[in-house]
Amino acid sequence: MHTREPEGIRWFKYSSPQTFYPLAGKLIPWFAALAALLCAAGLYIGFLVAPTDAQQGDAYRIIFIHVAAAWMSMFLYVVMAFWAGVGLIMNTRLSSMLASSIAPTGALFTFLALWTGSFWGKPTWGTWWVWDARLTSELILLFLYFGFMALQAAIDDARRADRAGAILALVGVINVPIIYYSVQWWNTLHQGASVSLRSSPTMAATMLAGMLVMALAFWMYAIAVVLVRLRCVILERERHAEWAAEEAKGTK
Amino acid sequence: MNWGSWKDFLAMGGYALYVWGAYLVSLGALCAEIVVLRKRRRDALGTVTRYHARNAEHSHETAP
Repeated sequence: MHTREPEGIRWFKYSSPQTFYPLAGKLIPWFAALAALLCAAGLYIGFLVAPTDAQQGDAYRIIFIHVAAAWMSMFLYVVMAFWAGVGLIMNTRLSSMLASSIAPTGALFTFLALWTGSFWGKPTWGTWWVWDARLTSELILLFLYFGFMALQAAIDDARRADRAGAILALVGVINVPIIYYSVQWWNTLHQGASVSLRSSPTMAATMLAGMLVMALAFWMYAIAVVLVRLRCVILERERHAEWAAEEAKGTK
Repeated sequence: MNWGSWKDFLAMGGYALYVWGAYLVSLGALCAEIVVLRKRRRDALGTVTRYHARNAEHSHETAP
């Protein structure tokens, strides 16, 4: 089945998988290079510039990947749900493919937020895990990603899988503000945002810089791997197309 | 400078297990994702090639 190209609207030009595929291919190396550079800078700040914390010692250095991973886990979910929703409403295949491509990376960052949090919780709280609101809602986020992927994998027809996944993703968005505000709404063991930053103003600058640079690094990494995965999804779904055959021939 | 020596750096002020346990698993997870994606790309290209090779063998009509 062919979708007709909308005429006269340049905005739609890159909404076709065929035209987006080479564009994504050109963008990937830039995002990958940015990710590597920012990661090196973030680790340099995190380990060599930022001083040892007066209360937590060097255990606090987990913050640089923990916060970055946790931000990405929530951000990617919202972006995934947004594109899934666009695909559902506008019936644009590329949007749905993008949503499916984001899910595994979102799940990975959610797992890393939980894992690094656990390794930070043990030395500071004395426990690897506690069923408090922040940790539990983040675990639910991981299950939402898994549910989205499992649901899409279970449905053979790609467009039906897109629609079913979109509904699940959109309903699950409600969990994101719950995660974000959980530390204010409930009495949690998890610290509130920026509490530790205020305790020492001189430390705040380098700590915050390290966190932001690592968050940017993870962001660029996520864009790069999502685009690589999106190109795979496009090839898998458009395998019947002549242009896909040309592409496969060209890259061999 | 925070660290007097490599040994100091690796010890992480006594929190080596927690800090390196968090960082190494993160590094491993990101590398694993890249490896998995490389394989998926090879497989996807292979699927396309095989589809068209089979099509060319069995029919003279162009693909839908």
